[in-house]
Amino acid sequence: MDLRYYRRKWTDAAMTAVTLLCTAIVLAPLFLILLFLVKTGISAINWDFFTKLPGPAGEPGGGMANAMVGTLILVTLAGLMGVPLGVFAGLYVAEHPKARLAAVARFTADVLNGVPSIVAGLFAYVVIVLPMRHFSALSGGLALAVLLLPIVLRTTEEMVRLVPQSIREAALALGIPWWRMTLRVTLPTAAAGITTGIMVGVARIAGETAPLLFTAFGNRFWNWNPLQPIAALPLQIFSYAISPFEDWHRQAWAGALVLVTIVLGLNIIARYAATRQTKPQ
Amino acid sequence: MKQVIEPIEGVRKAVTEMEQRAQIQIRDLHAWFDTHHVLRGITLEIVEHKVTAIIGPSGCGKTTFLRCLNRMHELVPGARVKGQILIDGQDIYAPGVDPVFIRRRIGMVFQKPNPFPTMSIYDNVAAGLKLAGERNRRKLDEIVERALRQAALWDEVKDRLHKPGTSLSGGQQQRLCIARALAVEPQVLLMDEPASALDPASTLRIEELARELAKEITIVIVTHNMQQAARVSDFTAFLLEGELVEYGPTDQIFTKPKDPRTEDYITGRFG
Repeated sequence: MDLRYYRRKWTDAAMTAVTLLCTAIVLAPLFLILLFLVKTGISAINWDFFTKLPGPAGEPGGGMANAMVGTLILVTLAGLMGVPLGVFAGLYVAEHPKARLAAVARFTADVLNGVPSIVAGLFAYVVIVLPMRHFSALSGGLALAVLLLPIVLRTTEEMVRLVPQSIREAALALGIPWWRMTLRVTLPTAAAGITTGIMVGVARIAGETAPLLFTAFGNRFWNWNPLQPIAALPLQIFSYAISPFEDWHRQAWAGALVLVTIVLGLNIIARYAATRQTKPQ
Repeated sequence: MKQVIEPIEGVRKAVTEMEQRAQIQIRDLHAWFDTHHVLRGITLEIVEHKVTAIIGPSGCGKTTFLRCLNRMHELVPGARVKGQILIDGQDIYAPGVDPVFIRRRIGMVFQKPNPFPTMSIYDNVAAGLKLAGERNRRKLDEIVERALRQAALWDEVKDRLHKPGTSLSGGQQQRLCIARALAVEPQVLLMDEPASALDPASTLRIEELARELAKEITIVIVTHNMQQAARVSDFTAFLLEGELVEYGPTDQIFTKPKDPRTEDYITGRFG
């Protein structure tokens, strides 16, 4: 009997250790990457890095200001296209769970979610770049929107479904038409969760490189015209990382640090917003 | 326009005696959830500016009956209704009648308090009007205050109208929901076990409120609590397995019921 007891004890301890170890292994890459990024990137981070254009090849100095603004513009463009579409489609799917179109939309979103991001870039290339005969911020925005759309759609669907039936009934019992209830009661009740989804989605697309290679293309100068090629942080990191210049390598690390910080920040804000939504209930 | 229907003995007598008007006339009402036949031919009249209690054991169709009165029953997928419900002579199930307008005239309070979680106390009360397009701030202020006073909540919340509705206690939330229903000035207020989720003190307040409100609007209250029905209502209808067993003035139902099943239920022999 005693033997069995000790064996059980031992197995328990061993399994606990194994799960702990696995957790540590999972967490390690994130912290190692962060550590490494800070260590190598911090040296190139200075005021110029945030305010200046890239310098001429081979010369030290210069910054990534245009790439940061470019990423911001690209993400905004993607948001303008992907968020309204995703939210309204998600609303439809959530409110008509049995409709055939809803099932198709849900399946499409899941497939789209698994599509390699470079395919999204190809799509934007064919749809916008080829007809226009040049690269543009718009096409980059479209490629990112294709990646953002399924995330927004599925989160909206889930969040709208979480709105209690009793809340909808309260609205309908007041003599509020169905569509108005959906827009003014259901959607606001789900809004915090949807916002979280959008932020997670934005964090995801902000770091995408592949879909921008042949759409946004990159730009060494300021560009405010959505119909012209535009710089983006991931692109800039990519081209600096494969360059032969030591200074650019350091700047690539710094750019990566900034990018990761932004993504991490967005995720933390999204988490915070999500916990706030669940609180008042 | 008024249609004459077969009188229901006791009530009809009481009605004529007190010169009261039947505001809601229900004729042979059937309701289904898919193939489940929940209401099996209910005929009764509900008197204006009185409290009518619907009692009966769980699953007897009380709530379904109530939800037929403001066309909420049909919101459940697979739900069906047959029969006639006349409110002030108008058949609310006639083709072409918009349920939205019916629900504006017939308010509802639910079993569990369900204030809109994203809205303040003020916005909750104003919701019915705001979402119907009312923008006049002065008018909204007036109506919100009036509805909150009617719901006996004004003094407790007047200093924090812009706090979230969910910050109130359960009993206060339920009175907030009553105020929200009253703000659109319904002619009838349906209450679906409005106190079943509340403590005794809050329950008493809701009952007092129902009595008070009946001076101005017709109240139909579903309850599984017979003491509550006895305390609060003028008329009582006893439902059993989707059928109306007995209907009459509350004191009569509780003191000398005509049907043995009513007596059994009231004396606690089943249910």
